[in-house]
Amino acid sequence: MIVTRQKNFDDLLKSITNGPVFIIGCSECATICHTGGEEEILQMKSALEKKNICVTGWVVLDPACNLQNDKRLLRKYKKELAEAKKILVLSCGSGAQTISEIIDNIDVIPGTDTIFLGEIKRLVDFEKRCTLCGDCIQDLFGGVCPISRCPKSMLNGPCGGSVDGKCEVSSDLDCIWDIIFKRLAEKGRLDRLKEIKKPKDWSKSTEMRRVL
Amino acid sequence: MSYKSNLQRVLSEEKFAVTAEIGPPKGSDPNKIREKAEIVKGHADAFNVTDNQTAVVRLSSIGGCFILLKMGLEPVMQMSCRDRNRLALQSDVLGAAANGIKNILFVTGDHQSFGNHPGAKGVYDLDSIQLIQIVRDMRDKGIFQSGDKILAGNPDIFIGAAANPFSSSYEITVDHLEKKIEAGADFIQTQSVFSLEKFNIWMDKIRSRGLDKRIHILAGVTPLKSLKMAERMKFHVPGVDVPDSMYNRIKKSADPQKEGFEIALELINEIKKIKGIHGIHITALFWEDIIPALVEDSGLFPRP
Repeated sequence: MIVTRQKNFDDLLKSITNGPVFIIGCSECATICHTGGEEEILQMKSALEKKNICVTGWVVLDPACNLQNDKRLLRKYKKELAEAKKILVLSCGSGAQTISEIIDNIDVIPGTDTIFLGEIKRLVDFEKRCTLCGDCIQDLFGGVCPISRCPKSMLNGPCGGSVDGKCEVSSDLDCIWDIIFKRLAEKGRLDRLKEIKKPKDWSKSTEMRRVL
Repeated sequence: MSYKSNLQRVLSEEKFAVTAEIGPPKGSDPNKIREKAEIVKGHADAFNVTDNQTAVVRLSSIGGCFILLKMGLEPVMQMSCRDRNRLALQSDVLGAAANGIKNILFVTGDHQSFGNHPGAKGVYDLDSIQLIQIVRDMRDKGIFQSGDKILAGNPDIFIGAAANPFSSSYEITVDHLEKKIEAGADFIQTQSVFSLEKFNIWMDKIRSRGLDKRIHILAGVTPLKSLKMAERMKFHVPGVDVPDSMYNRIKKSADPQKEGFEIALELINEIKKIKGIHGIHITALFWEDIIPALVEDSGLFPRP
């Protein structure tokens, strides 16, 4: 899932400057993340109204990153959109750009920061799992991706900063190489860590388009 | 008045400046760059050393500049944002300055997919405009990008930037040049000029906004060595505009190399007349030994 975090409200007010505002959410990731579902939209609406910023309407798109579907769904909100000076989008950065592609005469303000692609551990607990590198090699590491989960993206880890299973970047963070080591040990495949892993082919991470 | 570099002196004294590019070798043999330097020595005010240009690994710009310094040539070190993050870039600026490098030209850099390591991860932590601003602040305010104070010696760098008058609409390229001036660039070397018509339109826009008074502009000149090179420039290098008439002259010529030289001489003589142009930057790709003749025959020798 694409994990987002709502922007600081005061910063958002600075970007919005003046209303009226139309709010757009997303039925998928942003709903699960509690950043852009119906509940969060209504909270945002009342927070804006308390600051005397009028909200002309709102919609939860299904999902916001679906261009043709958005066009169809937004048609019903012609009046509300026409009254708005700003559109606040509570989806990931991709969804917000889809809205900008459709609506070019009103400023589109992203209401969230998109932070990573990851796992839902518990209801409000998410963890990074993927950097979209375009060349998945997690099978070499016991099904654990060091590109996304090691802050140095090492392929021949751990580094010297890994101490007692903790990462040097933060003691709250388990060193992923400690986890990889344990998993491969359980599988009797520690030999996999002995081979020198070649530099990664990052050219696959620059792909900009895929047509089915 | 004291100048940061010879290049700055020549430009400040309003003499028509000449810079030339020396491409470093694909290897560690210092003689390769020394040989090129011996040929062009004295024929330009400063010499650019490229930084893994077109994303092909070569001897580093900083290393090449040190070789030139030892030979008494003034280098323009080129720095690209592709291969280093802000820590490395700032630290290399300090290291370069400490070793006598006085001109540095900052570019964002050709994408790694074009070079000989297409699987490399591009860094692009900064872009050229950000880097220019950072180095200006290192020099003038004595601070790093983080705001931390420089404790022992601000790098006294004459700051260069690149501009491509032919890449997109004039509106975009002129605004972009102005942004580089605002960021702190002291001089500009442009993409090689082939179409004088387009270049003159660009310069009109530059002059109408007074930008030529705020920065020294050196027009890029590339002598076309062969028909093959003319073809590559015309059809394969994005953002380079070789007019049909020029291309046909080389194509029809019995001696394309001589024709290419003549065209370059004509270009230089026309460029010299353009108001607001403060010099030329010669990029003689795989043809550095032509530089002395080009400078001499265009009346730009000896150098001031």
